[in-house]
Amino acid sequence: MSGVAPVSGQAERIGGELLRVDNVSLSFGGVKALSEISFDIKKGEIRSIIGPNGAGKSSMLNVVNGFYQAQEGSIHYKGVTYAPMRPYIAASNGIARTFQNIALFRGMSTLDNIMTGRVLKMKASLLEQALYMFRGKSEELEHREHVEKVIDFLEIQAIRRTPVGRLPYGLQKRVELGRALAAEPDLLLLDEPMAGMNVEEKEDMSRFIIDVNEQFGTTIALIEHDMSVVMDLSDRVVVLDYGKKLADGTPDEVRGNQDVIDAYLGVTHD
Amino acid sequence: MFYREAGVFKTTYSDDMALLPIPLDKFFVLSVIAFMVLVVPFIASEYWLESILIPVLILSLAAIGLNILTGYAGQLSLGTGAFMAAGAYLGYKFVTAFPDINIVVGVLVGGLASAMIGAVFGAPSLRIKGFYLAVTTLAAQFFLIWLFTKQPWFVNYSISGVPTAPPREIFGFLVTGAESNETARYLFVLSFVIVFALIARNLTRGRIGRSWMAIRDMDIAAELIGIKPLQTKLSAFAISSFYCGMAGALWAFCYINIVEPSAFDINRSFQILFMIIIGGLGSILGSFLGAAFIFTLPIFLNNAATGLGLEVSTALIRHVEFMIFGAMIIFFLIVEPHGLARMWSIAKEKLRMWPFPY
Ligand SMILES: Nc1ncnc2c1ncn2[C@@H]1O[C@H](COP(=O)(O)OP(=O)(O)OP(=O)(O)O)[C@@H](O)[C@H]1O
Ligand SMILES: [Mg+2]
Repeated sequence: MSGVAPVSGQAERIGGELLRVDNVSLSFGGVKALSEISFDIKKGEIRSIIGPNGAGKSSMLNVVNGFYQAQEGSIHYKGVTYAPMRPYIAASNGIARTFQNIALFRGMSTLDNIMTGRVLKMKASLLEQALYMFRGKSEELEHREHVEKVIDFLEIQAIRRTPVGRLPYGLQKRVELGRALAAEPDLLLLDEPMAGMNVEEKEDMSRFIIDVNEQFGTTIALIEHDMSVVMDLSDRVVVLDYGKKLADGTPDEVRGNQDVIDAYLGVTHD
Repeated sequence: MFYREAGVFKTTYSDDMALLPIPLDKFFVLSVIAFMVLVVPFIASEYWLESILIPVLILSLAAIGLNILTGYAGQLSLGTGAFMAAGAYLGYKFVTAFPDINIVVGVLVGGLASAMIGAVFGAPSLRIKGFYLAVTTLAAQFFLIWLFTKQPWFVNYSISGVPTAPPREIFGFLVTGAESNETARYLFVLSFVIVFALIARNLTRGRIGRSWMAIRDMDIAAELIGIKPLQTKLSAFAISSFYCGMAGALWAFCYINIVEPSAFDINRSFQILFMIIIGGLGSILGSFLGAAFIFTLPIFLNNAATGLGLEVSTALIRHVEFMIFGAMIIFFLIVEPHGLARMWSIAKEKLRMWPFPY
């Protein structure tokens, strides 16, 4: 911040580097899903990843939380270098996510699904759980209280007890966000949280994303196809195409980039 | 449970999360327990205690065990009989090696030994799933029974190979072996079942239960949340086998009064699997309903046939039995995977609203 006074609340909201992706390359057999990708995510920002189908967006998030392990490159997170990141390390260091294809526990209720988001914070021994005594009881109550806050925040009180397999698609997406939020993540990875939603549902979801970011200061990496949503929400945008990084900058910079217009936005101009 | 649940509102999470959320449900369970403990011993005949209640209770315990593994954690097992056998044989070894130690400890040791064996045979579950895992547990079934039959050490070199259950007392009452009084034996078995059914209920509702179900429903997502797949699956195998092991020890000590391999063969594994399918996968109540149903149906059919004065061969009755079970299993697997327990709660739900469904 040397010299430059913060002009708006925007600048104060965003801090230093939280995550840096360094030269990551990932291939599946012959298919190069990502080649030499580098970018960073700053504390408190909403960072979008866009690009046409098959560009490598989901693969990128998968590398960040260790679900895929890149053949080359590394992930720097909170000042530590991981090559590669592992799912358990990611989860226990505050990275939570939602999936492009909903990955809820279908046989469990909304409440239980969101409770699983707090699994890493629960320490009661088997015996304490078996007897529902000491931490076995106190933890359950304490975490339930937090989960109820998440439920209120997402306005899903009415479906608390419903097995999520029976919920409509839009609500399932919301429960999945709830499960990620329950972990109180520092970095939240959202893979197409609004895919397949109608306008109203998209507005709700956008509002939740903004609120999470502003109220809890959660850093968000967002994959989204709806350009108007991306342009409205994001602080900065990375554009991928065929596994390569095409552009990186503010929504306005990206919008004006000729490569991006050609490769991606340009499609609509044809 | 013919009371209505309307108008019960919970004001704290603690209330809401109590073991049984609705006070009347709690009341109902407590009354059932009180009835089983205080009334049944006085009204039930020797036949009922010895030939129906004791075996149904023990099989319920085994069904809870398999339900933890298959219903909650989603790992199919065909080795239930072998895990029961492990409890029976190793419990027997312990009880005869340390005749002065309380029989309760003996049953628990049987369970623990079985838990360890279960965890060993569960280890491949990290890599293999479904059908292939079932085949692994089938290997456990045949290997363990073979081992217990072929190694005379397990039966203390008994000449017959099928030693009788050692007689043991609690508070001066014989509770195991053929000489024991059926009421004492019934109460002994019942206490195990009550305590461990409540424990199972606590476990399945808590963190570990949610982790089991998460692994069952979507193991990859569970892992990405921070649930450790190996630890979770092994805990399900171990705890499940612990229940089956206790059930096996009780079966040998308090029901058939001998330690013999044929009580724990592959048919037993299937019988208990059918119990949880019909009773309800992922339900403690269902484990009881399924065990009671499957165990008593043949008796009921027999009595019905004789009651009607029909001359039917036992072979025919067995065929009818298989047809009924087969049809019910298909029905429950396709239409209502949550079994009798779910039908019970639907009926209750309807009753809660009755007579105004809106
Ligand atoms: N597990 C996998 N195995 C093999 N190939 C994969 C795998 N995951 C991704 N790919 C390939 O990597 C490339 C990038 O896929 P990815 O899912 O990351 O794209 P995306 O940008 O998220 O696309 P979409 O917008 O359709 O979700 C594609 O060619 C895809 O086929
Ligand atoms: Mg994708």
